[in-house]
Amino acid sequence: MIGNAMNPVYRKRLRKHRLGMFLSVAAMSLGVAVLLWILGTLLVNGFSALTMDMFTADTPAPGSEGGGLRNAILGSLMMVGLSTAVSTPIGILAGIYLAEYGEENKVAQVTRFVTDIMLSAPSIVIGLFVYALYVANVKHFSGYAGSIALSLIAIPVVVRTTDNMLRLVPNSLLEAAFALGAPRWKVAMLVRLRAVKAGVVTGVLLAVARVSGETAPLLFTALNNQFFSADMNQPLANLPVVIYQFAMSPYDNWRSLAWGGALLVTFSVLALNILSRTVFAQKAPK
Amino acid sequence: MNAEITMPATAVLIEDRAMRSTMRKQRIQDWFFHKITMSFALTVLFVLVGIIVSLMIGAWPALKEFGPAFVSTVEWDPVNDQYGAAIAIVGTLVTSAIALLIAFPVSFGIALFLTEVCPAWLRRPLGTAVELLAGVPSIIYGMWGLFVFAPLFGDYVQPLLKSTLGALPWIGVLFKGPTMGIGILTAGVILAVMIIPFISSVMRDVFEIVPAVLKESAYGLGCTRWEVVRKVVLPYTKNGVVGGVMLGLGRALGETMAVTFVIGNANKLGASLFSPGNSIASTLANEFAEASSQLHVSSLFALALILFVITLIVLSAAKLMLMGLSRKEGVK
Repeated sequence: MIGNAMNPVYRKRLRKHRLGMFLSVAAMSLGVAVLLWILGTLLVNGFSALTMDMFTADTPAPGSEGGGLRNAILGSLMMVGLSTAVSTPIGILAGIYLAEYGEENKVAQVTRFVTDIMLSAPSIVIGLFVYALYVANVKHFSGYAGSIALSLIAIPVVVRTTDNMLRLVPNSLLEAAFALGAPRWKVAMLVRLRAVKAGVVTGVLLAVARVSGETAPLLFTALNNQFFSADMNQPLANLPVVIYQFAMSPYDNWRSLAWGGALLVTFSVLALNILSRTVFAQKAPK
Repeated sequence: MNAEITMPATAVLIEDRAMRSTMRKQRIQDWFFHKITMSFALTVLFVLVGIIVSLMIGAWPALKEFGPAFVSTVEWDPVNDQYGAAIAIVGTLVTSAIALLIAFPVSFGIALFLTEVCPAWLRRPLGTAVELLAGVPSIIYGMWGLFVFAPLFGDYVQPLLKSTLGALPWIGVLFKGPTMGIGILTAGVILAVMIIPFISSVMRDVFEIVPAVLKESAYGLGCTRWEVVRKVVLPYTKNGVVGGVMLGLGRALGETMAVTFVIGNANKLGASLFSPGNSIASTLANEFAEASSQLHVSSLFALALILFVITLIVLSAAKLMLMGLSRKEGVK
């Protein structure tokens, strides 16, 4: 071994190895450092805005003091809620189709491919699509339009996770159900889907997390509303767009609210991410 | 069993008929099940087709007015109603290229760390941390980029680049001009931070499918860990790695909010990477709500169409490469 360690070729290889490992550790530390840096920035700048006012007062008018984010929080909850209600059944049923017929059927295979692509498609283009299809026809921005845009972003996430989860179900379980004479739809809905309930919930939570922070598709659909409104057929205030407008504004209280909102959105989204992971980790089919 | 054999013939007949009718009913139910789930799956396909068609309809007036020259025209002038996509296209491609240049090595390092270097107890928390980075909404990256990163970048990193790389021949021109902190280069760096989690998690997944036997054989021959990764893992997962990078590229091309915050939003094309610019997505975010003339709106639709088609091609290529790899995993 000692002779080996003195060997110049070996030492050169070892140097390369150490350099590679060092750079790898450095890259990992960089990733973690950026995450902590961003979260730290949010805490430092957003914490002072995190008062009761934020939840009880509406977004302030230009130049006025104080104010909160009540209307934006409500608008976001309504839109995310509606889009979850729409995208969950569509996504799950589409996911069942892909898992059931994906092996034998060209249509299903093409759909699976397209779903994977839609998963990363630019969200601003989806906003533009909803604008052209809906907003331009009814001639006003609305919470419904925003919900449609968010649903279109959420559906691929739910489809993809449902499909992946269903395909993990062991064949023996399905065969046992078929042997009892159950028709395909019963096996799919009552055996296969039920076996991966936790995984499907994970997908829905991930979809909620994904759409909660989406800003670009709401710019031309829900727009914004300075006043308190729960009317989904009118322009609706929502956190991401308020954050965007307030962050770019010259008013100090607006910027501070923007940081508060950013803190709220980020920690909700990260909490949903972690929650979905724990749900899945506890009940995943082994 | 005996009971069945001794059953009267009529009873058998009735039972047989009941069974047949149940089976017929079940077949009809299954037919409906197939069609209903299929109709939901097809919505995804229709949305894709719908997006392309509606963008084409929206873009038609502009494409008719400017023709193919739209892509190469530099001028983007709402006042005189003259539109060309060159600035936005170049801005999109350059920021994404910078992002890939930075994100690829860093993601490789992270994936390498998570699969080969990391002690087992750290693997989960660190993997989760990287995935959380992917979960941070893009507008947050934008705010952080504009208010925290850009000032530091402009004060410290850009002057450093200017005095070192800026002095070199050829590429020096890329690192000249005022160091404002925001601009094309900053947008590229922020995009890199955003796509690192995507690329590194794909890379980690493909690194994990390398059969242990292959790696162990290399170790058995006395390879260092670096050599195993460089000469066994990487060649084996080449397609997957390229697929992951393309997936990141697809994300970077269409990213809107983060870029809009830090790119500077100027319809100009400077030689220097420090100068402000515009990408397709940031132009859309800035101008669409305020566009008044028919031609302006239509030109923005044309930009969106170009962006969507480029992203589709990149993402399809990524997907095909990754699919090729999972097939290989099946036969290993």
